[in-house]
This record gives sequence, structure tokens and C-alpha cells, in this order.
Amino acid sequence: MERRFKLPAALFLLAVFHAAIIFAGFFAPYDFAAQDRELPFTPPTPIHFVDQHGNLHARPFIYGLSADPASPSLYKTDPTKEYPLYFLVPGAPYRIAGLFAVRVHFFGVHEPGRILLLGADAYGRDQLSRFLYGGQISLLAGLLAAALSVSLGVVVGALSGFYGGWIDEVLMRGGDLFLALPWLYLLFAVRAALPLHISQRQVFLMLVVVMGLIGWARPARLIRGVALSARERNFVLAARGFGASNGYLLRRHVLPQAYGVVLTQITLLIPQYILAEVTLTFLGIGVGEPMPSWGSLLSSLQQYYVLASYWWMFLPALLLIPLFLSFYVAADAVQERLKSIPL
Amino acid sequence: MHLAASIIFLCSFLWASGAPVQPGEDRMVTDNSPGRLGGRLVVALRSEPKTLNPVLAVDDPSRDVIRCLTADLIHISRESLKTEPELAKSWNVSRDGKQYTLHLRHGLRFSDGQPFSADDVIFTFQVYLDEKVHSPQRDLLIVGGKPITVEKVDNDTVRFELSQPYAAAERLFDGLAILPRHLLENTYREGNFSQVWNLSTPPDHLAGLGPFRMKEYVLGQRIVLEKNPYYWKEDRSGSRLPYLDELDFLVVPSEDAQVIRFQAGDTDILSRFGAENFSVLEKQQAAKSYRLHDLGAGLEYNFLFFNLNDLASKSLPEIARKQFWFQDVRFRQAISSAMDRAGIVRLVYNGRATPLWSQVTPGNKLWMDDALPRPARSLDHARQLLQSAGFSWKNDGSLVDARGAPVEFSILTSSSNSQRTKMAAIIQDDLSQLGMNVHIVPLEFRSMVDRLLNTFDYEAAIMGLVSGDADPTADMNVWISSGETHLWDLRGKPATPWESEMDRLMEQQETTLDFAQRKRMYDRVQEIVADDLPVICLVSPNILVGSKDRVGNFRPAILNPYALWNVEQLYVR
Repeated sequence: MERRFKLPAALFLLAVFHAAIIFAGFFAPYDFAAQDRELPFTPPTPIHFVDQHGNLHARPFIYGLSADPASPSLYKTDPTKEYPLYFLVPGAPYRIAGLFAVRVHFFGVHEPGRILLLGADAYGRDQLSRFLYGGQISLLAGLLAAALSVSLGVVVGALSGFYGGWIDEVLMRGGDLFLALPWLYLLFAVRAALPLHISQRQVFLMLVVVMGLIGWARPARLIRGVALSARERNFVLAARGFGASNGYLLRRHVLPQAYGVVLTQITLLIPQYILAEVTLTFLGIGVGEPMPSWGSLLSSLQQYYVLASYWWMFLPALLLIPLFLSFYVAADAVQERLKSIPL
Repeated sequence: MHLAASIIFLCSFLWASGAPVQPGEDRMVTDNSPGRLGGRLVVALRSEPKTLNPVLAVDDPSRDVIRCLTADLIHISRESLKTEPELAKSWNVSRDGKQYTLHLRHGLRFSDGQPFSADDVIFTFQVYLDEKVHSPQRDLLIVGGKPITVEKVDNDTVRFELSQPYAAAERLFDGLAILPRHLLENTYREGNFSQVWNLSTPPDHLAGLGPFRMKEYVLGQRIVLEKNPYYWKEDRSGSRLPYLDELDFLVVPSEDAQVIRFQAGDTDILSRFGAENFSVLEKQQAAKSYRLHDLGAGLEYNFLFFNLNDLASKSLPEIARKQFWFQDVRFRQAISSAMDRAGIVRLVYNGRATPLWSQVTPGNKLWMDDALPRPARSLDHARQLLQSAGFSWKNDGSLVDARGAPVEFSILTSSSNSQRTKMAAIIQDDLSQLGMNVHIVPLEFRSMVDRLLNTFDYEAAIMGLVSGDADPTADMNVWISSGETHLWDLRGKPATPWESEMDRLMEQQETTLDFAQRKRMYDRVQEIVADDLPVICLVSPNILVGSKDRVGNFRPAILNPYALWNVEQLYVR
């Protein structure tokens, strides 16, 4: 893609994803917890324009499904039941910004039809709805935790690299300690100390804090390297010669050198943190059922039978690829623009 | 000395290759259809065995291997679930039911060629009963509060004495491996028994009366067993068992990996896997020449239970407050009535499980109470029960108790058990339809057990137990109030009239020798479990196994070990 389109394209994609996630209640056709026990592991619903008699329909429609009682999770489409697709249909109630109770959904079909664009999970819950709602926790927690990690990393790394000497020793050995800590066991202890049930808000805070604190040491090391090399550069030495203070040098000359590292670190950490949530959930400090999260959507892929039998369980993972890619492209483009701006 | 040793070595080598016929060797003739001699089978183990010491082994992999290397006196037939002769060819019971005289097979030899006699049996029980050895089986040998005693009558006869009649006395002997005194006595006398027979023990220092003996051990990868040339069973046509020359155990660390290895043809037998993988494997049955067997319900029962412990000494006011609900039998009955057991069977086990209303599964045909009512799911009934217990609903549909407090509680599950986590999600949804706000708290298994058994910091939990045997004595610990697995209330004494009744019935059935009487008592225990719901039984998963078509005499059973219990009879077609 031509360079100047890269950033707008990436930003557009990011905007679409974020809007869909922020207004998950509107874009998701169903409630994330609504089970349909007759239809577990339903494959994605095909959308038709032409019916079985060869008639073209202006309004797309889907067919009804019926389960085979002899072998669960094998379904037959029932061509006698057609459910046309509508935009702005009433459905499960949800709240916008936690305030207004609304029933209107972006798209959907009338009951008892069920449109499952990404298929259904083991409980017959709509994967698309779970993906959108799951993003509310995972994406925000991932972003905030990555920001927390990297800001800690910037502060520690810049101080360490710029000042050197004993400050460097202390801060970097502290970082080593963080890298060497047996986190798994510490988290066991953390879970044991917490109350039995943790509310969604506490879970969210915990995710951000735990992931943010665990991950700062690596960016700190990288930024220390940048600061270390920056302070020896001729223009920094020259500025110092003109009497610039340490604070000014850090702010004006050293930190701007680290923008690239910061951006790439954030884009690399977000997907890592979204996956880290799987482990935290295993230890009992993640997002619990029935709340979806991207981590829990991905964790079902670790099982062989899902891999072998239910390919549509991979669709949420595939959807994450363009999202992370646009994060990366956006970071890359921003970095390039920064380079072209004289500091 | 050196010469003597090598002559003995040579002799034993000759013995081994020639499958000698001992004069007066009291062999057992098995009733299986004769198979072909020779060949090798490969079976996967979930993890490396922790030990090869039969007295100390607790983990499944260790016990699976040890079972092939050793033999017991009286055995529980995995097919009939009744006892049958093994090393003891017959036995007499005294009139008062306290004395068991066992007649041992004469002239048998351990896998190293040394003779077996009553002294080995006496030594074995001395070790199992020694408190310093800490054998997990020691508890089983305490009957009526006193350890059983054993004495040698003559070289082929031993007598066991119990302090009181004990219904399951014959079943005690199952799985108690007879040890070779000549190899282990010195170490035992020195007090080092816990160190014998670990994974670094050279194969020639191990000997048993089982169908196989140790050949080679590759750390972390595999264990190779070879045919025991002295084994004491033969088939109808007179060939000495086992048929196989070699049995290999591969260490394959996860269920999925085991399924893939079986599918790829690397292993011949697969057991202990879930219904989802069964469906995956099922599709390729014909193409890959293996067969899957669904044996129906095993002896595992999964259940939901509430914390009914005495929390007076613990500072858990929140949970103590909720115990007002949990202690009300109508509350528990309402929950049981709201359980979608059929939904759990379908969604969690792909239909390969059986709904349960008491702890005895349909797999246990001897003990199941067929008259027990099995009410279908009814939310209306549940609502009526809750209403009669003083609960009511607010306008938004949420349930509140008589004092107006919202009904909200959490359910613990083990996060490593995906089936129980799934069950929890279904139960959560079921109970939300009654207006209850239920949270699922998945915890790593050890942290969960710590809360259940030590801190009591939980409200409800989902657990599963597998009965070690079909006989109710195997579950004494669960149903008498002083038992260590009396999960819902560990205060050690009955807290309710029905718990007292259950204690009395369980203790009575243990000392009653008449089966019909015992059955009536245990039927009553099942009724209490179904009515008073100390635990709300949900489902029992089916036992699923697979074997390659080339494995002959494969007769899997619902009692552990599901597939290898007749390993001496298996052969390669």
C-alpha cells in the first residue's frame, strides 16, 4: 500500500473495531450469555439471497436449523423455515454507557430464527456477540496494561540509561528481580489472599495492574539502551555544553529518541496481554463465566477436539489479526511521521 | 563366588528361555479364548510414574505399571465386580465372620525365579500395616478401629483375623501387591523401605508375581516390560500367559496428545479420555482400524454441594450468613430441581454420560437403587419450594430471602477440569432463571482443595469422586460424618438427624454379611442423598476406551484399570 494511505487505512480499521466494541450491545445480535442448549457448536449461519425454488429475494434471509437427536452437534437446515434479515431490529435489552436501556440491535432475525455469523460455542452462545462484548474487557485491559508497562519502562529506563552509575545499577537489578520472580506462585498467593468472589470491576483493575507490573522490565531495558546511546550523541553533548539541564535534555533530546521503541513495545505487548489473560483466568483472577473475554474465546482453541471438529471457533482469532495488524501499521506510520518532523 | 554367581545367572537365563514346568506348580487356568503368543503392545501413560513401590504408589501412572508387575491374593473381577481367587486359590471364613483362612497356590515363583510362600504374604502385610511406612492402603486394613492381623499356618496357608465381621473383607485384598521378601526384607529392617523400587532401581532388583517384569526404563520417555516367564496362569490350551512378549508404556503428557498418538497408530490402547475426543476419533474408526467402546456409566459421580461446615471458629461472616439458605433442605431441593442434568449430559459430554440423582451410578449394577425417583427438571417446582422456604422475587426477577437480602453466591470449580467448568456455566444459567445471582470461581485444583478441606472459605463447589470399588465400603469416607471426604461438613459428627441415620446405616452395612440386608441399608442411604441432598448429584460420565483391531481378548471394564485389567490375556492378532 502506498505509504500515505497506510495511516488513514489503519486508523479507519481501528475506528471500526473500537466503535463495534464500545457499542457492542448495539452491534451484537444477542446477549453474550444467552445459551441455546439445543444448538451447541452451530456452524456459522449462511446468508442466502436465492431460496430453494430458485427465487431471488431482495432481502437476504437465513434458514432455520434443527438438531439431530441421535448425534448432538450435527445439524440439518430446514429449508421450509426462512427468516429474513432486518436492520435495527428489537432484541435482547442492553444499556448504552450503562445508562439508557435499549432493545434495538444493528441487525438480526425474528425469533425463533438465530443468526450466528461466527457460529456458536459449546453452550450455543453467539460467538460474534461474545467477541464484541469480550473486546470491552480484553482490549481496554490490554491497552491500559501495555500503557502502564511501557510508562513504567520509560521512566525507569530513561533514568537508568541517562544517569548511569549507581542509579542504573539499582534500577536495572530491580528489573532483573522482576524478570526472575516466579510469577505463577506469587499469583497463587495473590488469589488466595483475595476474597472468594471478585467483581467485574475488580477483575478489570487486577488484570491491568498485574499485567502492567509484570511486564515493565523488558521495555525498561530497551529504553535504557536508547537513553544510554542518546546521551553520548554529539547534539546532546552540545546542548549540555550550552548549559541545558538534565531535565531539559531528558525531555527534549533523549526521550524523543525512544518514541519508536515505545510504540513498537506497546503494539507488541497488547496481543501478549490479551493472551496472558488466559493464564490469569486459569489461576482464578481472570474474567469469569458468563462474561466473555478474548482470552477465554482463544483458550477453547487449545483443545484438540475443537481444532478437529469446529473450525469456526477459530474465527475470533482470525478477526484479531487485522486488528493487531492495524495497531502495528498505525504505530509504524506514526513513527515514520515522527522521524520526518525535525526535533 | 564369582563363578557361582555366573552359574546362577546362566541357570536363570535357561529358566527364562525355556518356560519351565515346575513340579507341583499350582497354576490357574483362565477362561479366555486362547490367543497367539508373542508380539508387543504400546500403551500411553499420562505422566511418568513417581515410584514402582507398590506399597507407596498413589498416582495412576505408577499404579498402572505396578499392576502389571505384581499380583494380589484375592482379586475383584472387573467384569462381574465380584471377588475371585488369585494367588489364594481358595479361602474359608469362620462362622463368626472374623477369621479368613487363605490357601495359597503352591510352587509359584517370583519373576526372578525365587519361590513364593506364606512368608512373603506375612512380610507383605507387615509392611503395609507398618505405621512408619505410611502406606496409603493402611487405612483399608483397619477394621473396626483395629488393624487386621495375619499369621502363617503353614507354607501355603495364612490366616487373617479381623476384630469384627466385615462385609467387604475379601475385597480388601484387591490391589495389595505381594512383595518378594527375599529382595526387600533387609532394606525394610534397616528402615529404608520408602527408598526401595524407585525409578532408578535396576530391573533385576525388581520382582513380582505379575504377568510382566521390568526390562528397561528410559527416563521421561518409556518403560518396557517383558513377559514374566514364571507367571502362574495358563489358558485352556495350556499355554502359559501372558501372550505378549513385551508391553511398552510411553509417557504422553496430555489427553489430547494421547488421542493424537492413538490416532496416528503409535499406541494400541487408549483409555481415560473425554467424550469430545471420542466424537473426533469416532469418525475415523474404520479407516484407521481401531475400535472405540462406550461402556456406559462408570463409578464417577459429579455433584454440586454447599458449605455446611461449622464456621463458628472461622471469621467468615458473609458465608455464615448464606448458610441460612444452604442449610434449608427446601433451598437445596429447589436447586436440584432446577438442574438441567440432560443439558449437562448433552453439552458437556456429547450425550456420553448419565444423569444422576444419587451417588450410585447405573454402572454399579449390584448396588444401584432402581426404585429411586428421578424427577425431571422443573423450574416451577423449584419456585414453589423457594416460596415455601420464605424466598420471594423482586420486580426485576431477582430472588431475595425472607429478610430481603438478594440470593447471590459463588461456586468453586477446578480450572484444570474443563468438564466441571462447563457444568458450572450451565448451572449458573439454570439458577439465573430462578433469579439467583451465581458467580463461578475457577481455581487451580490445589487452591480449591485447600478451601474445601482447610479454610472452608467457599460457598458452593462442584466436585467429582470416583469410587475405588463398586462396594459401598469404598465410599465410607464420604458418607459417614467422621470421614475425611465428608466434604459438605467436616466437623466430624452428625449435624442433622439424617446425617445420624446415614452414619448408622453405613456402619451397619459394613459389618453385615448378608448382601440383601446390606443392599436395603445402602438403598436407604441413596434415598437420603436424593432427598436431603448433602450433595446434589448431577452426572456420571461414561467410561470410554479405544483399542486397535489387532488387540485380541480386549474386554474393557468400568472399574479402574479400565483397559489393562486382563493384560495377561491380551494378544496381538
